[in-house]
Amino acid sequence: MNRLTLDLWVGLFVAIGFAAILFLALKVGNLGAASVSETYVLNAKFDNIGGLKVRAPIKSAGVSVGRVKEIKFDPQSYQAVVVLAIDGRYKFPRDTFANIRTSGLLGEQYVGLSVGGDPEMFKSGDSVKKTESAMVLEDLIGQFIFSKAAEGNTKK
Amino acid sequence: MLERLASMLRGLGRPVVDHLWRLGYATRFFALILLYSGTSFRRLFLIFREIYSSGVRSLIIILVSGLFVGMVLGLQGYDTLQRFGASDALGVMVALSLVRELGPVVAGLLFASRAGSAITAEIGLMKATEQLSAMEMMAVNPIARVVAPRFWAGVISMPLLAALFSAMGVFGGYLVGVKMIGLDEGAFWSQMQASVDFREDIFNGIIKSAVFGVIVTWIAVFEGYDAKPTAEGVSGATTRTVVTSSLAILAADFVLTALMFRGS
Repeated sequence: MNRLTLDLWVGLFVAIGFAAILFLALKVGNLGAASVSETYVLNAKFDNIGGLKVRAPIKSAGVSVGRVKEIKFDPQSYQAVVVLAIDGRYKFPRDTFANIRTSGLLGEQYVGLSVGGDPEMFKSGDSVKKTESAMVLEDLIGQFIFSKAAEGNTKK
Repeated sequence: MLERLASMLRGLGRPVVDHLWRLGYATRFFALILLYSGTSFRRLFLIFREIYSSGVRSLIIILVSGLFVGMVLGLQGYDTLQRFGASDALGVMVALSLVRELGPVVAGLLFASRAGSAITAEIGLMKATEQLSAMEMMAVNPIARVVAPRFWAGVISMPLLAALFSAMGVFGGYLVGVKMIGLDEGAFWSQMQASVDFREDIFNGIIKSAVFGVIVTWIAVFEGYDAKPTAEGVSGATTRTVVTSSLAILAADFVLTALMFRGS
């Protein structure tokens, strides 16, 4: 085979191979948008994080503004410490409320931020004061059964 | 009596020793390939020629099977997911299963049967027709001239082929899911992009396919080099290449998956 034709084919092969990797990275893996430029971290303590996982999204008004960076256990207060990495473009007031929500009935869990009205903004390393734990389905069912049983007792 | 026991034990020991000897020979051969690959990188044309014969000429089978695997995943995944009302997650399912597992593994199996067998047959026939000995007579090292370029061509081609397989598969899943079944195009892509991570999923898939490339071409060049220089020996070596490298790919895939995707 002619050297020039061979080089052409090999070049074409390598080019479309790298195009495929690029396609996977950008279109399938969304590398372009996912790599947030600058992030700052906030700590939030929760009594119960339910099934929250590292790299779960952080959403405010339904828009993804960051990711859960780390989940630790605080042996002093027996609470879960969730380290939130938030996109540096977005600032949140100091009385912002963090709660763990579930997308849909069986969907993945994420951290929702409900914005407060404080004029001062969070700085990196601050901790979120107001948090609400994950809604655990078993507890809810337990409470429901308990209140039903209590209702039955009062009727008699 | 004692003599019979000894001969039975010998019968057990011989295949073990033979296999271990062959494994050690293969490892030394691998070290020799790495040692002599400097010369073949100085003559890149040799590697290019082998990329053409093992990479470019595997393109058709890789692209077509990638497309069909993706389309089948789309159909079967939709059938299962819609029972749970989660048919929007079809994109996630297709992309993750292709990028993590099916892309590297199926492309590796196809590469073993398409390119690996060809490499073994070529080197085995070179040995049978004493071309390798002739090279040694001319003070040309056959490992540097014949084996190392084929090895590196396989290692370079394999990740590219696996990426092409995955990309074609995602496209096939898109064709079936969005164009044929009529899922929402936005949900298909956005859920996929939200769940597929570059470092965790795509890059690990590329590492996997590079490892499979090393395994397949190593086994292929070794079996060819070690083949008995007869017609029967070459055909046996070709068969062994396909069987051994397919099994090695599956075993290595299990180990790599356990290392990469354990937990979370």
